[in-house]
Amino acid sequence: MMTAVIQASGLGKQYRRTWALRDCTLAIPEGRVVGLVGPNGAGKTTLLQLATGLLTPTRGTISVLGDHPAVSPALLARVGFVAQDTPVYARMRVADHLRLGAWLNPGWDDELAQRRIGQLGLDPKQRAGSLSGGQRAQLALTLALAKRPELLLLDEPVASLDPLARREFLRSLMEAVAEHGTSVVLSSHLVADLERVCDYLVVLVASRVRIAGEVSALLASHHRLSGPRRDPGTLPAGQEVIEESHTDKQTVLLVRTGEPVHDPAWTVTPVSLEDLVIAYMNPASDIPARRPQLGVAS
Amino acid sequence: MIEFQLDETSGVATYLQLVQQVHQALRMGMLEPGDQLPTAQQVVAKLAINPNTVHKAYRELEREGLARARPGLGTFITRSPAGTDPATQARFLAAMTDWLRSARSAGLGPDDIEAIYRTAFRTCFAEGVA
Repeated sequence: MMTAVIQASGLGKQYRRTWALRDCTLAIPEGRVVGLVGPNGAGKTTLLQLATGLLTPTRGTISVLGDHPAVSPALLARVGFVAQDTPVYARMRVADHLRLGAWLNPGWDDELAQRRIGQLGLDPKQRAGSLSGGQRAQLALTLALAKRPELLLLDEPVASLDPLARREFLRSLMEAVAEHGTSVVLSSHLVADLERVCDYLVVLVASRVRIAGEVSALLASHHRLSGPRRDPGTLPAGQEVIEESHTDKQTVLLVRTGEPVHDPAWTVTPVSLEDLVIAYMNPASDIPARRPQLGVAS
Repeated sequence: MIEFQLDETSGVATYLQLVQQVHQALRMGMLEPGDQLPTAQQVVAKLAINPNTVHKAYRELEREGLARARPGLGTFITRSPAGTDPATQARFLAAMTDWLRSARSAGLGPDDIEAIYRTAFRTCFAEGVA
């Protein structure tokens, strides 16, 4: 059986009368780089904070690396977390951050931390408050990586960075994955940020999981069909319409199907990850009658 | 050693782009049996892609019998793809050029020709799931 780094069952979190996350059932396999995508306010931060134990569930359960986050301090050493806007202590020097990390984390890898600071060209004496956005993000990533976590959770790590800093950050992250085999979950509201790096995708919309699975399987099972105008109700049973648009002559559909599309009336083209995510984010695509419960890959 | 590039607008899966670049390098003689491919770490450091993608590409090359992983050392080219002989290639190039000239003199533009080519190609190779 595949080990799940995050396993959630019927997970929900309610703030007063609003559900930030509901009915979340997921099994994220280990060794993946998982993209958690969705519009702002979809529940991404809530899910990550439930996984770190910063929040406790209102409903359901979540286990991380086979353990329960909120009740197991031992788990903290095995999970790295970089919160939104990659916070650092503005008045502390770079070197002080490393000392604090070493003091707080039993498994601290000081050689790795020093080497990364050197590679990044950061001055250990510089105060963190005067670092650029990209440098600050890299410092926060260094602190998380030097813990040598089995699972690294990052909340919108590149949202506020310029394209170069963004690329550099993802490069550092992927090098760490290549070197240590760390499992990673990172959230973003922009799928373009994640397209290069993720091999597993979770799409959250309006506090629910819309679809989750291996990127390659998702791309292989979704197609764009275009052809003469036609009622989507006449499609074969296995073809589920995610998005549709019609003119008086033409119909264009985005369908999900496990089977090849044989109908010669359609021109079949592959979809990009971005098209796929946008189709699922579109509220009009959430038609319960035509959308049976989506299988959440495990 | 070759260096991989990524075309994000091509719509071709990243791992497949790496596989195709190795094929291309073999055809052009930039890679030969015994040559080492960049390590996953090196590719990741250059392209900022998921290391699993590199592993997937290399597994595909192994499956094709073109490369082999040597534990602790890296992945190495074992043989060149079975290429068509130059005479055959020249014959089809000549036939294709004749065909294009006659299509052009019949009044077809580049877009018409490309549409015909794509349709014929799809018919022949049952590309995708059409």
